[in-house]
Amino acid sequence: MVYSDKVIDHYENPRNVGSLDKDAMDVGTGIVGAPECGDVMKLQIQVEGGVIKDAKFKTFGCGSAIASSSLATEWLKGRTIAEATAIRNVDIVEELALPPVKIHCSVLAEDAIKQALADYQNKQKGASAPSED
Amino acid sequence: MKPSLQVYLDYQATTPVDPRVLEAMLPWFSQSFGNAASRNHAFGWEAEKGVEEARKSMGAAIGGSGREIVFTSGATESNNIAILGVAKMYVPKGKHLITCSTEHKAVLDPMHALEQDGWEVTVLGVNEKGHIDLEELRAAIREDTVLVSIMHGNNEIGTLHPIGAIGAICREKGTLFHTDATQTLGKEAIDVQAMNIDLLSASAHKIYGPKGVGMLYVRRRNPRVRIAAIMHGGGHERGMRSGTLNVPGVIGFAKALELCLANREADQQRLAALRDRLQQRLSAGLTHVHINGDPDNRLACSLNISFEFVEGESMLMGMHGIAVSSGSACTSASLEPSYVLRALGIGDELAHSSIRFSLGRFTTAEEVDHAADLTIATVLKLRAMSPLYEMAMEGIDLSTVKWGGH
Ligand SMILES: Cc1ncc(COP(=O)(O)O)c(C=O)c1O
Repeated sequence: MVYSDKVIDHYENPRNVGSLDKDAMDVGTGIVGAPECGDVMKLQIQVEGGVIKDAKFKTFGCGSAIASSSLATEWLKGRTIAEATAIRNVDIVEELALPPVKIHCSVLAEDAIKQALADYQNKQKGASAPSED
Repeated sequence: MKPSLQVYLDYQATTPVDPRVLEAMLPWFSQSFGNAASRNHAFGWEAEKGVEEARKSMGAAIGGSGREIVFTSGATESNNIAILGVAKMYVPKGKHLITCSTEHKAVLDPMHALEQDGWEVTVLGVNEKGHIDLEELRAAIREDTVLVSIMHGNNEIGTLHPIGAIGAICREKGTLFHTDATQTLGKEAIDVQAMNIDLLSASAHKIYGPKGVGMLYVRRRNPRVRIAAIMHGGGHERGMRSGTLNVPGVIGFAKALELCLANREADQQRLAALRDRLQQRLSAGLTHVHINGDPDNRLACSLNISFEFVEGESMLMGMHGIAVSSGSACTSASLEPSYVLRALGIGDELAHSSIRFSLGRFTTAEEVDHAADLTIATVLKLRAMSPLYEMAMEGIDLSTVKWGGH
């Protein structure tokens, strides 16, 4: 497999590896993929006043999966929730020059972003209205 | 990327041509270039003589005779001729074949092709170490079974099948036995008489010979095995494989086998010691490693190992300059990990986390140590960014987690 320079750079120098407190009210967590499929991504955001202040990832997967999630955290930082929602997997494919067999890595990253955002938004809803279950 | 020490540890994929093999081959390109089938001039006679000597020494090396050796383009072709050729010839006896789930595709795919033509194929499963159950094999052989094909050494996990015992069962039950010995010729002891082998495939490029040459042993006596041609043409190789012989390749193959056998046991002991050194270093430097295959009965050169919580392709990416292969399929379009590892029932996650190291003639202890150090560093780095490792360290049983999947 021949990797683009950007994939290699993210693999060699991954940005924002780590974990945030998943129980904190201002943190949203997305975990997507499955070990049997060879990819699991955990992506977390910390939000303050509608803006993503911090983002962290941990990924089990190939170099392109690691690069996709690393790039996602870079892009998420400083964006508003609405701006973050607009990130599409094709943007990741383009930025990292992913070949067709690696497109699923970018799809997974988009899913992880969506899940993290949804988790954060659910927590906010839960805080304003008592949970029903 | 900075250039780093290149270490080749993929000898089960292919090997460099030994300089002594190359030297033996060279005169046969431009000097003694005749067609071994040219019967009416000295150029042809010379080529034929060279080929016949090679044939004789290779036949003798496995306990057979030169007249039982058919030269081919490689083990893929040998396997195809053995399976398709026997099937076609023995149709009157029946249309049933037996093999096992961890065979090379060059055995499984011709069998699947025959299935499309109305043949029945029994694919025996294997246990966690990659072994078939001999009683299950015995029970699977029927009146209409024409061929059992079980490999000698597995190319991914190195497991050695007890081909002597398998040959004995086939002989007792009256069915032909083919073995794909591509990974074992010149490495493990092979005697087609003692082991009751009727057909045997091998390839030169796995034993320091050139690519593009293979052989098929076809027993001529007790019983005489007959094969229908797959390749039609000039009737070379006693009609079993038409096509002008690759004379330099054949000479190189014979030389390569001769060199392997000259020091076989000592060479294998040296390799096993190096392989064990690699395994010990990796096991000492890392937790959560699994040896795949049969640790007590495998090829001396082979180490297939899974590093839990990290994915194979990402490991290869970090192991700069180390040439190995992985059972992870992230590189292929299918997303399916190695079918051989899956057949062991170890779980897809471990299959995705596997690396095959295979050592050979030119491997040194320094190379092994360098590879071990780099592997350990890469696994540690990747575990630090693995959510699975984090969860496992928190005490979460990963098998109880509900995953989303793709
Ligand atoms: C067990 C086994 N059978 C068959 C083959 C195919 O051999 P060849 O490359 O000579 O066609 C290989 C090598 O890839 C092998 O390891």
